Amino acid sequence: MNLTLKIWRQKDAKSQGKIIDYPISGVEGDMSFLEMLDVLNEELIIKGEEPVVFDHDCREGICGACSLQINGEPHGPDRLVTTCQLHMRKFNDGDTIFIEPFRAKAFPVVKDLMVDRSAFDRIQHAGGYISVNTSGNTIDANAIPVNKGDADDAFAAATCIGCGACVAACKNASAMLFTSAKVSQYALLPQGQVEATDRVLAMVNQMDEEGFGNCTNTGACEIECPKGISLENIARMNREYLKASVKG
Amino acid sequence: MSILDSKIPEGPLADKWTKHKNTINLVNPANKRNIDIIVVGTGLAGGSAAATLAELGYNVKTFCYQDSPRRAHSIAAQGGINAAKNYQGDGDSNYRLFYDTVKGGDYRSREANVYRLAEVSANIIDQCVAQGVPFAREYGGLLDNRSFGGVLVSRTFYAKGQTGQQLLLGAYSAMNRQINRGKIQAFNRHEMLDLVKVDGKARGIIARDLVTGEIERHSAHAVVLATGGYGNVFFLSTNAMGSNVMAAWRAHRRGAFFANPCYTQIHPTCIPVSGEHQSKLTLMSESLRNDGRIWVPKRIEDAEAIRAGKLKPTQLSEEERDYYLERRYPAFGNLVPRDVASRAAKERCDAGFGVNKTGEAVYLDFAAAIQRYGKEKALTSGIHNPSKEQLLELGEKVIEDKYGNLFQMYEKIVDQNPYKTPMMIYPAVHYTMGGLWVDYNLQTTVPGCYAAGEANFSDHGANRLGASALMQGLADGYFVLPYTIGDYLSHDIRTGEIPIDTPEFDQAEKEVKERIEKLMSGGGEHSVDYYHKKLGKIMWNKCGMSRNAKELQEAIDEISALRADFWKNVKVPGAADSMNPELEKAGRVADFLELGELFAKDALDRNESCGGHFREESVEQDGEQKGEALRDDKNFKYVSAWEYKGEPKDAVLHKEDLVFENIELKTRSYK
Repeated sequence: MNLTLKIWRQKDAKSQGKIIDYPISGVEGDMSFLEMLDVLNEELIIKGEEPVVFDHDCREGICGACSLQINGEPHGPDRLVTTCQLHMRKFNDGDTIFIEPFRAKAFPVVKDLMVDRSAFDRIQHAGGYISVNTSGNTIDANAIPVNKGDADDAFAAATCIGCGACVAACKNASAMLFTSAKVSQYALLPQGQVEATDRVLAMVNQMDEEGFGNCTNTGACEIECPKGISLENIARMNREYLKASVKG
Repeated sequence: MSILDSKIPEGPLADKWTKHKNTINLVNPANKRNIDIIVVGTGLAGGSAAATLAELGYNVKTFCYQDSPRRAHSIAAQGGINAAKNYQGDGDSNYRLFYDTVKGGDYRSREANVYRLAEVSANIIDQCVAQGVPFAREYGGLLDNRSFGGVLVSRTFYAKGQTGQQLLLGAYSAMNRQINRGKIQAFNRHEMLDLVKVDGKARGIIARDLVTGEIERHSAHAVVLATGGYGNVFFLSTNAMGSNVMAAWRAHRRGAFFANPCYTQIHPTCIPVSGEHQSKLTLMSESLRNDGRIWVPKRIEDAEAIRAGKLKPTQLSEEERDYYLERRYPAFGNLVPRDVASRAAKERCDAGFGVNKTGEAVYLDFAAAIQRYGKEKALTSGIHNPSKEQLLELGEKVIEDKYGNLFQMYEKIVDQNPYKTPMMIYPAVHYTMGGLWVDYNLQTTVPGCYAAGEANFSDHGANRLGASALMQGLADGYFVLPYTIGDYLSHDIRTGEIPIDTPEFDQAEKEVKERIEKLMSGGGEHSVDYYHKKLGKIMWNKCGMSRNAKELQEAIDEISALRADFWKNVKVPGAADSMNPELEKAGRVADFLELGELFAKDALDRNESCGGHFREESVEQDGEQKGEALRDDKNFKYVSAWEYKGEPKDAVLHKEDLVFENIELKTRSYK
């Protein structure tokens, strides 16, 4: 198929960016979206132009590096996939496709389609861990049984890949889904109880400091999340936060 | 005598590690505060090492090329992690895990290292549960296990098909705790471009800030390389796009011997190649072989009809199918080790029984498992006389609970529903058992330079068993390195900070800059990918699942010529002093072009078949094992450790003889 790509080009964080048109032909349905961009980049390199920069690594939907806003949607039109798993069979011959970086104040553009998501790391630094030493001197793994339902819910929350689609989808650029996924994982497990109060306060505080917006329950994050992280996590975080604030 | 000293402690196998820990030197907590350690790579091995070293009190600097440590490719490991917990009461023990790993590795690993791995394995699970890693559990609330290839017990712990993700995020969380305490400084989007030696010891690295292009100097008292494997030398592999050999290769050029480069794991269950544009391959976890049955049509006409789209696999009856693994290996069936399963798939496809357009695919079929689980579920849910549809629905639900994310991934990529029609799979490059040579302490032949995880060679021999990579990465990082590195650093308590304004750093930085300049000034006909793909084709065709002397020699010559052309004609656009992904790739491919040649040279030297390395000249001629791989213990019971001497063709081979005192060397039979 033949397509027209409208791609955001921006030299670096300080420069101003703009949309540039790139026609592309010979695209096959079996190509992934990023393989289509590989083809474009190969053409640009041979022509002596700078290829389009975008984040990507594992290309199997788990590392969370890829991050494109495709026709206004994070990770494009398909559901429960990252950009690297989106295949061109979802598009039609003659389509025009807008490709932009994830947009949020807390995610400044590094170059072209690549953004800086280190704010996510800093939220995790603030409290995204259980304070146990890693020397291995701990109790037997089966010493504390965990209800299977709770373990499964904790796992579901823990499958967040930290891509930032939730932020890009949200009109407030809120990071509540991301933050609540980690808070929930630990809140659901006995091991996470000891530090629950400090954790939720510290992580929410850091989230606010990074300049993410607030949550107004529109639910766009859940719909666009490639891993299907549930809004229930936000509700759980709100409960944990309230509990902690009363205690605190 | 070899110049390689493996430093294996004296004494009975089961006591070596304890005794070693009791006798090596320690660094007192106050002194640890004055010692710096660089950790390159933040996957399971690097992340866990960094967290533990920082927790002990050392000052740690971590480096990764990704934008966050959480994205290291350990995250993509699916199936599980082995541990000799014996929660199932099925006869598991440290010795059995040790035995299975040595046998699985085709008797080409070091006994003492493997035993230590088995010994600490149970502790890893305790540790991870304490960290909040949400492993799969049974209804009683205790941890669930599954079985993997090459073993007869259930010792694999898992978190659906995302075990690597959950373990990596556990290590990442431990790192975050130390970052918050100021004990780890994380340099993300940074790439190590050289190792700096002072007075023969590793004392730092030269790194490039990938955002600004700036070349930086970092010093430390020791350098840990946990930079993963080099499967991307094949271009197409299940590795991440950025996975590369640069850090290990730079260390090799500075004196670290490179061991067993030809030992590559070609994983049997990956999604087949769909076309020329393909940028990487996707693994389907080996855990699927617990429930999936592998087959091709019995009759070649049926295979042809399937390839032509005239016949569907579901139309073939049981009698018309060849479950070739169950036929050839009745004892292990679909759960034979990876190398055996991969070669068997290749054999069937080469004989014309392949089932996709390219003829390079076999079926992995869940129909029988769906039926079996459906019946079981109906019984336990009290449904009497369930209808066919009900059985299917119940069975599919069980399969979805076990492998849901894998099935979804398959459907997205291939556009077929694997609940209704069998998956198509084919082997792909997945893991490299070879790597930097290390002694029992995980130290390379450069003092102060350590290698952990997939980046070293030590534990998996010539073939790695499933669910052992995660185990080894975390064992090295959490439990081995933190002890052994202290022994080395105990001599550095009076050294003080290592200065970076020295001639050694000047020289290393100069060489790095010259190399970048050379890469940027190529004649400009072809992109980096063009060379990478060409290299990959040579590797796959001539150093792939089966190898022979003639083709290996051709590979050596072709790679050498390709490398010369690369340095003349590669085209790298953009500038060196800003973000430039093409320049990053160019540096990595340049190193792959050297490693690839050494890889072929090593494969040529090893004229025996062992594990993932299959030489067509070395097969069993008769008896029950006819046609199977023939190992040659008399001549090749050694680790090949290559010393850098300029061009790969000049590399010098050193042999570490492998001594087996606790295991009898046997033909590896899975029949």
